[in-house]
Amino acid sequence: MELSPVFFYLFAGMAIAFSLITIFKKNPASSAFSLVMVFFAFAGIYAVLDAHLIATLQILVYAGAIMVLFIFVIMLLSADTPSFDLGRSHISLRAAAIALGVVLLGVLTWVFKNSAVAPGSGQFSAEQVEQAGGNTQVISELMFSEYLLPFELTSVLLLTAIIGAVAIAKRRAAHVSSPAAKGVRS
Amino acid sequence: MISQVEPWVVLSFSAIIFCIGLVGLLIRRNILIVLMCIELMLNAVNLTYVTFSKIQGDMTGQMSVFFIITVAAAESAVGLGLVIALFRTLRTVDTDEIRLLKE
Repeated sequence: MELSPVFFYLFAGMAIAFSLITIFKKNPASSAFSLVMVFFAFAGIYAVLDAHLIATLQILVYAGAIMVLFIFVIMLLSADTPSFDLGRSHISLRAAAIALGVVLLGVLTWVFKNSAVAPGSGQFSAEQVEQAGGNTQVISELMFSEYLLPFELTSVLLLTAIIGAVAIAKRRAAHVSSPAAKGVRS
Repeated sequence: MISQVEPWVVLSFSAIIFCIGLVGLLIRRNILIVLMCIELMLNAVNLTYVTFSKIQGDMTGQMSVFFIITVAAAESAVGLGLVIALFRTLRTVDTDEIRLLKE
């Protein structure tokens, strides 16, 4: 696979380091900011892998929108005080979780290393994508021809998510009010 | 310096990130960090899609990533709405305190 090893290992090391910080920091705010760095490193890896549109979307949607939402909720709940939940979880549970992670990692690495993937059988090799006008053009042409229906359904999904999020978060302590008051309201 | 990055190295890197996310999901009790670990795992899966798309020369993987990013945005919006509703009811973001069905 033709990709720059220097940049790949740089971004990969960055992503691993910051994701470890994300899960081991006590303070949710510093976890969130480390996660932003992980997302930036992933965007770099996508760019190295010639997925330019995905790299841009990674920064816009993940590092931009989703993380702003996370940080906003952390500040809103003033939950940015350090929580000692890491030390409180049971030691055997922690050991079991880490053992499970290591075993899964070993199995996945073994599978990836020993399974043969037929390379370059598709119709979009690097040269063909270059000739067709670049990654973004190829993806947009696919999106508005072959994947038009899923793309349109995405808007329904987002609308549902917006309505759902508002309906869940906006509920005004209905269980506190008496049943009579609830009956009047409905 | 190695001049080439083998595909299995990139795939194993995404497996590492996935497992870090999984371990974090299991050992943390703060629901915000649990949601962050889910985002981490989704990102690892996205990287696997993009890598296979690059190996195979097929754009379907990158289209899938596009839709996964959309679903992840919707999921985190609804998830954080749930966190806010939970905090309003229980005044905590600790998953150990969520046992309303048990009592």
